[in-house]
Amino acid sequence: MTSQERFSVHSQLEHLQAKYVGTGHADSTKFEWAVNQHRDSHALYVGFDSLSSFFAVAENEAVGRVKFSSLQKMIQPCGPPPPKEDD
Amino acid sequence: MPSDVDEEIRQAQQARGTSLTAIADDDVYNTDRYAGMDTSIAPGEAQEDGAEPAAKRSSFTAPKHLLEAVPQQPEDDDPMSQRSNRIADREDEYHARRQRVLSPSRADPFAKGAGGSSERSYRDVMAEADIARQKDEIRRKLAEQSEEGATGWDATPTPGRVADASKWDSTPTPGRSKWDATPTPGRGADGGSRWDSTPTPGRGADGGSRWDSTPTPGRVGDVNATPSRGNRWDETPTPGRAGATSAWDSGPSATPLHGHANIGATPVGPIDAQTPAVGGMGLGPLGSGSLNNDVAQTPEQIQVSRWEREMEERNRPLTDDDLDALFPPSGYKVLKPPDSYVPIRTPARKLLATPTPAEGATPLYQIPLPFVKPEDYQYFAPLLKEDEEIEDMTVAAVEEARERKIMKLLLKVKNGTPPMRKQALRQLTDKAREFGAGPLFNQILPLLMSPTLEDQERHLLVKVIDRILYKLDDLVRPFVHKILVVIEPLLIDEDYYARVEGREIIANLAKAAGLATMIATMRPDIDNVDEYARAFSVVASALGVPALLPFLKAVCNSKKSWQARHTGIKIVQQIAILMGCSVLPHLRALVEIIEAGLNDEQQKVRTITALSLAALAEAATPYGIEAFDSVLKPLWKGIRQHRGKGLAAFLKAIGFIIPLMDAEYANYYTREVMIILLREFASPDEEMKKIVLKVVKQCVATEGVQPAYVRAEILPEFFKNFWVRRMALDRRNYRALVETTEELAKKVGASEIVTRIVEDLKDESEPYRKMVMETVEKVISSLSAADIDQRLEEQLVDGILYAFQEQTNEDTAVMLNGFGTIVSALGSRTKPYLPQICGTIKWRLNNKSAKVRQQAADLISRVAVVMRACNEEQLMGHLGVVLYEYLGEEYPEVLGSILGALKAIVNVIGMTKMTPPIKDLLPRLTPILKNRHEVVQENCIDLVGRIADRGAEYVSAREWMRICFELLDMLRAHKKAIRRATVNTFGYIAKAIGPQDVLATLLNNLKVQERQNRVCTTVAIAIVAETCSPFTVLPGLLNEYRIPELNVQNGVLKSLSFLFEYIGEMGRDYVYAVVPLLEARADALIDRDLVHRQTACTTVKHMALGSVGLGLEDAMQHCLNLLWPNIFETSPHVINAVMEAIEGMRCCLGPTAVLLYTLQGLFHPARKVREVYWKIYNNLYIGSQPAMVAAYPRIADDVLNRYGRTELDLFL
Repeated sequence: MTSQERFSVHSQLEHLQAKYVGTGHADSTKFEWAVNQHRDSHALYVGFDSLSSFFAVAENEAVGRVKFSSLQKMIQPCGPPPPKEDD
Repeated sequence: MPSDVDEEIRQAQQARGTSLTAIADDDVYNTDRYAGMDTSIAPGEAQEDGAEPAAKRSSFTAPKHLLEAVPQQPEDDDPMSQRSNRIADREDEYHARRQRVLSPSRADPFAKGAGGSSERSYRDVMAEADIARQKDEIRRKLAEQSEEGATGWDATPTPGRVADASKWDSTPTPGRSKWDATPTPGRGADGGSRWDSTPTPGRGADGGSRWDSTPTPGRVGDVNATPSRGNRWDETPTPGRAGATSAWDSGPSATPLHGHANIGATPVGPIDAQTPAVGGMGLGPLGSGSLNNDVAQTPEQIQVSRWEREMEERNRPLTDDDLDALFPPSGYKVLKPPDSYVPIRTPARKLLATPTPAEGATPLYQIPLPFVKPEDYQYFAPLLKEDEEIEDMTVAAVEEARERKIMKLLLKVKNGTPPMRKQALRQLTDKAREFGAGPLFNQILPLLMSPTLEDQERHLLVKVIDRILYKLDDLVRPFVHKILVVIEPLLIDEDYYARVEGREIIANLAKAAGLATMIATMRPDIDNVDEYARAFSVVASALGVPALLPFLKAVCNSKKSWQARHTGIKIVQQIAILMGCSVLPHLRALVEIIEAGLNDEQQKVRTITALSLAALAEAATPYGIEAFDSVLKPLWKGIRQHRGKGLAAFLKAIGFIIPLMDAEYANYYTREVMIILLREFASPDEEMKKIVLKVVKQCVATEGVQPAYVRAEILPEFFKNFWVRRMALDRRNYRALVETTEELAKKVGASEIVTRIVEDLKDESEPYRKMVMETVEKVISSLSAADIDQRLEEQLVDGILYAFQEQTNEDTAVMLNGFGTIVSALGSRTKPYLPQICGTIKWRLNNKSAKVRQQAADLISRVAVVMRACNEEQLMGHLGVVLYEYLGEEYPEVLGSILGALKAIVNVIGMTKMTPPIKDLLPRLTPILKNRHEVVQENCIDLVGRIADRGAEYVSAREWMRICFELLDMLRAHKKAIRRATVNTFGYIAKAIGPQDVLATLLNNLKVQERQNRVCTTVAIAIVAETCSPFTVLPGLLNEYRIPELNVQNGVLKSLSFLFEYIGEMGRDYVYAVVPLLEARADALIDRDLVHRQTACTTVKHMALGSVGLGLEDAMQHCLNLLWPNIFETSPHVINAVMEAIEGMRCCLGPTAVLLYTLQGLFHPARKVREVYWKIYNNLYIGSQPAMVAAYPRIADDVLNRYGRTELDLFL
């Protein structure tokens, strides 16, 4: 296998992975990773009724309210992005 | 002549696989579009200046008539040549003939502040088109006159002219130079400037030379060119860059590098030549090595010279430096060459030793630029010059810098590596508006017209255009025509993807430029160029048909020229072909637009209208009859008025419209058209025959047509006229007739048709018998033999037996299939005929001719099932014995067929009742397994496998072992089916006689060298393990792993891998047994050998996948620990295997466990490490993202951000 093919095998997998939101790469920052974690978590909480019911009971809130606030938290879940260093 | 041209075009189109309709259309429609073409090729004209053959050297040679008697191989006929990458090489004559000239850009009337008089407007272009048309007509008249005997100014040249011509090629006289000064269009304001811009400066007669420079194909001036030789002016690549380069500087008139590429214009041949010619080498001012000189050569020349340069470079004499490098420093003495020694240096070699431009140019461009092919120097010349500092930033300098920038990017796109190309493409796209449409297209389009363009390059450049079209949007308007000139040839390219690409570009262009611009641009060409119809149909599909309707309406009603009407209607046809059923919403409008064409005064317009209606009806099937209401009457009237091609087109349209109708109407209209059809049944014209057959098929297939009517009216005439021997000779007639007859049979029943043709099974013409057989087969297989009565049945069987026996043809498939189909359709009714059939077979098995024996054996495999259905087991047994006796057959094809027949009998009759008994049959097969012929191997292994599967107990274990050894060789077969059958047979045998012996044989086979053999063996081991359950095989297999031989160990691992793959969840009982093999002490996963680890990883993957949720996590975790260090492998196969094993672990252990492994490296300081870990993380994430939510690590907050995820901390 030539270096060309090797290149393409790797880039194929990377290309495939890059199609999904939430995947990372060698230059991902802690902030990006954490934001993805948060959004994934909230999406999960909204998507699974059992989880949102559980939170609703624990926080003494309506289920709808819990889901709504989860949705709201998806916007900048970790606060504003840190300023870029290299600029 | 025109018919020849038509024929060629039609063949070319057929070769390209254009749609059936398109082909048929061109057949029917005897186009005269290219009639102008033959005027450019006149016979008997003297030689041209440029392409002087180099053979006229002053030497003694054999008399001419002797030389001519010897058949010469054509020079360019190279048997070794392969399909060239260059597009220009593959173009058919039609493509090549087209003159592609970039017209100057046009004004954009829609732009703000338009109206600058510097660019050509729609009005100018229309005026030019008008003049061109008039000119065409005048020229045609002139040509007619000259044919009539009035010798034209260009009819017969004097010999002196040739010499003249060649002279002014090498030394342009000042008088000639006025051509260089011809005002280039786009700058000059005069309307007719387009003539001058074409790269064909007149040559023929000085007075009339202006005629030659028109861009239309039929050039009187080129009458001089003999057809065999390429007109060198046509080959000249004019980069057309803003009209700056005239044909004169880029033509091959520049000196060639080496004379024996006889494109050279330097007079090599003539005796009185000034320059001495040595060894056929033309000595031009070559050594100068200046870049410009090279640029002036044609790309073809450069390519030739590049090859030669490379050859010379490799074969150059060794220099002292080379020798110093080769020899040791001491131990010998360097002698002085004798004084009299003169090194042999031919002048040619000396020339080559001078630095040639390509080598000289190398250091000039910077490293980051990709390699420039010398052919492309003319396009990229500025890049190759030394990078001068631009000191004063004048406007011109800025312009130039921008041009250089674009050029650099284009070069990267064209010749660069993939990443380089990607980046350049993105830059071009992003900055497209900044660069401006003009500079971009002025560079891209000439590149696309380069004669040395290759597929890949064209694809990339077309991609560039596509991308920048989006960005430039309305800025492209002035360039629409130029782009169309370049892209339209793609629409008729032989390559499907090129056609699609062309369509896409034109669609995008239409979207970017808008309909008005497209119409304004294409309108002037509407009555002369062919591809415009296709291009317009693409525009229509891009912008929507409704937008184009008013325009089409106007064009189709054009009073001025019938060509315009013709093209308009053709556009409608192309729209129908391109868009298919999506024309339905616009069907009525389209039909209304073209319906007037049916009564046009021009025959051609009427014909194309009928064809367009046919295309529309075909696209609309089975809907939309209402839309055609208005054309029914003219169509049906038309068929009474027309004859010949016109009639064929009308009939075709009717054929497609009738299936859309209600039953009642279809019946009525069919009766109406049938009168004409019946008359045309007798037509001698081949095309007409095909059309008539097709229309009959379409009419008969409709619901409303009554069987009684078909029987009474159509059948007698049909069989009288079409079922004749001549019809079987032409392939297309044959097909059409068989299909139509099948359709008729569906209407009137099988027996009706079969009765009429069954007698012909005994006809004396073999092709005809074959056609009858195929028809009967098709009819019977679609309608069954239920309505065939006793008498017909006898006739039929008699007929097929006769036809089968009388066949002499190589291709026996039709007869065999026919026989098989008919006999199985008759089923148990075949019983009375079986003795006769078997008698024939037996007699023919004894025949001297191998072919006949093979056919007989093949026939047995076809009739075996029927014999069973007729309870003729005894007869079959008898045949079995006969076949058994013929197993000594020496022709492999025949032997293969005999084995196939035996297999068919065994399959039907079963193992127990088989005669000869299996215990006699199998030992006879064992030696045949050695036969290396593929057909024999395949049939034999199938038969043996069948016996091993169903009747293994009839044969002794010893015999099976013998067969096992033979089978090992079969694993080497080329055909996959054979290897697969062999491997399966191992499984059956192992099941029959127990795995031990078979396994031992197979394990021994792991030691062989050949990879394919080993791989097949491992598969066989795995299959044996699967059929005889793993515990019988595993101990031996694991034991074998101790052999310190890499191939064996790999083989064992691979077997294990297949084993775990096949047994799936059953593998859980064996995991603990196998893990020690993979772990540290036996070291498979940490072996030094890559392949070893790779195979181990695959094994682990299958084990992990097989033990999901079965409580084997401890073993798997252990494997993961050993597996993990392999993630840094770089070999693609190994890293793939490792990644897949980790995926397996994700399924078995859960993503959480694997996530914990990955966390350590996600933010590692080393990028290489991070890359790998993120790749694994991404795989995990895509595979099971929700499950990871609970396992993400806690991240501490910092000054700016809060990272805590507290929800899951809640606890009730």
